[in-house]
Amino acid sequence: MSLPKAEVRRLFKRRVTRIFLAITLVGLAIFPVVFMINSKTSSPDVRAAAELQANLEFERATAQYQQMRTECEAAKARGETGLDERYGPNCGADFPPQAEWFPAEAYLPYEFNFRDEFPASLEVLAAILAMVAFVVGASFVGAEWNSGGMMNLLLWRPRRVPVLLTKLGVLVGSMLGVTAVVTALWTVAFWAIGRFDGRLGELTSGVWQSFGLTGLRGVTLVLLAATIGFCLASIGRHTAMALGVGIGAIVVSEIGLRIVFELIRVQFGDRYILSTYLVAWFEKSMTIVDYRACDFISNGPCTPPEYVVTWQQSGVLLATVLVLGVFGAVWSMRRRDVT
Amino acid sequence: MPAVLEISGLEKTYRSRRRGARKALDGFDMVVESGQVHGFLGPNGSGKTTTLRTLLGLITPNGGRMTLLGEPVPGALPRVAGRVGAIVESPQFFPNFSAHDTLSLLADAGGVGRQRVPEVLELVGLRDRANERVRTYSLGMKQRLAVASALLKKPDLLILDEPANGLDPGGIREMRTLMRGLAEAGMTVVLSSHILAEVQLICDSVTIISRGRRVAFGPVADVLAQHAGGGVTVRLESADDLSVAAEILIAAGARVTPEHDRLVVSNVEKPAWVTRTLAERGYYVSELAPVKVDLESVFLELTQTAPVAGQARQVDDSAVAAPSQGGWGV
Repeated sequence: MSLPKAEVRRLFKRRVTRIFLAITLVGLAIFPVVFMINSKTSSPDVRAAAELQANLEFERATAQYQQMRTECEAAKARGETGLDERYGPNCGADFPPQAEWFPAEAYLPYEFNFRDEFPASLEVLAAILAMVAFVVGASFVGAEWNSGGMMNLLLWRPRRVPVLLTKLGVLVGSMLGVTAVVTALWTVAFWAIGRFDGRLGELTSGVWQSFGLTGLRGVTLVLLAATIGFCLASIGRHTAMALGVGIGAIVVSEIGLRIVFELIRVQFGDRYILSTYLVAWFEKSMTIVDYRACDFISNGPCTPPEYVVTWQQSGVLLATVLVLGVFGAVWSMRRRDVT
Repeated sequence: MPAVLEISGLEKTYRSRRRGARKALDGFDMVVESGQVHGFLGPNGSGKTTTLRTLLGLITPNGGRMTLLGEPVPGALPRVAGRVGAIVESPQFFPNFSAHDTLSLLADAGGVGRQRVPEVLELVGLRDRANERVRTYSLGMKQRLAVASALLKKPDLLILDEPANGLDPGGIREMRTLMRGLAEAGMTVVLSSHILAEVQLICDSVTIISRGRRVAFGPVADVLAQHAGGGVTVRLESADDLSVAAEILIAAGARVTPEHDRLVVSNVEKPAWVTRTLAERGYYVSELAPVKVDLESVFLELTQTAPVAGQARQVDDSAVAAPSQGGWGV
């Protein structure tokens, strides 16, 4: 058997991989279950009940309004003052409840709409899978270094860089397979909820293409996370190196920089925040608005300046991180002694 | 016999910003001939493990030449790695895999048939514990597993760094038998160990390293003979006469080390000279025997690492040999 096959065996024999995948699958299964439980198809009966409820609410509001007006007129007859503050001008005669304020839709139970809500669910799926891929990737090579498994392997396969790249390839390939299968199951589950417990919406080929592109962006992110986790752990020769850098990046970027930028009033500070680029990657662009530039109280209406982060910019950033990570891992593998 | 392992002028310097440069190997030479069990000895920190790691491509040397099985390494390592089984330093394995999984993954990665796995597990005595996690193994069991991993590819050259570490007495004897059996079957074994009595029993030849340089090498018997010094131990009929006898021998040109009930006399051409010299002065020898040296005493002498009462020897306090003049394979 070849090294790639042996590495696939090793990856899926590892407890971290198995446990994380199991927890992830169970955790992900909760999402469609929750949607399924909460979503109710708007059948004629359900809609009739909602309309009835809307009418009842309108009638109840009208009755309350009439009672309020009666009380107001009585108070006015007694010569009381300050009624405008309590009941509105002219005892609220200008604001009777309107039927359109009580649409039947407001009384319909939640109904899942596949077309509208599925893209957001893909982003959630990608974010979860990316985190798991980062940890699995880091552990796959980090534990090998830490336990001496890498040294044992190099005694059998002395070509260091091909060994490292084979491991990385196996990881990326495996994560691609897992992500593809999970995304397919995720799509089927939410499609089924839309079909049987909600609404599918108008699913044109363009909509499916859009879903596909969102899914592709998600897959890219998952594979990038796996690769970065792998490379960081390989450079540090320990899983903790990757986890430390990962947590550090989140703390520094998402908390530290935000606070600092807010304090020193950096214009468009969010363009230096990592998550901005991840959102832009999924949403095609992200607009950062500098509301501080407008003084609405003193100067009245104002259009605040905007800064747009595009998915292309995100792509360049992510590609740079990827290249630096892989280059660092390969350089470290080639040059550093295995002690 | 052809050499299966040759090292010449090997150099390795570890550099650290804080601690500066430290030479781990300083022109080290070594030759191991085919079919031998070769002992590789040296004090802690003398460069043994660095040598083995360098030989196996895990460490990049700063200079020198190496060949394994006639091929220059590290360049030809990918070609010869399949014929070299090795364990380096303490056995390290992924703790959550069983011994069987560990070996079968190595076999897969190295293109060795999985049927070889139970064979080597049987050979090292782990057959019945093969499916338990390595995490639960004792040091000795991990050591057996390490040896099994080295034997997995039926190597022509087996390099074992401290293979008896953690083994029980029975295990040490089994290991000794195994080494001899492998050598008799044509395998060359390089054995790094601190159990010098074992090395003396098992090995055909030795190399002793100190502070990164070779200080002795050759067949075990030759190394012992070179350092016996032709000395003799001398007992007299009366132990009270030992001090006078020592003065007589020193005056006659011998080197004498008095011990509790005897004299150790060296720098003499023939033992008969001692009896004659003392008899002429009226002192009669009751026992005259050649000084027996073992590998341990030779090792301690060559590396100057014998304990000294009242002194705590530091790791790097060992002998520094003169730069080797032998060159390639000498």
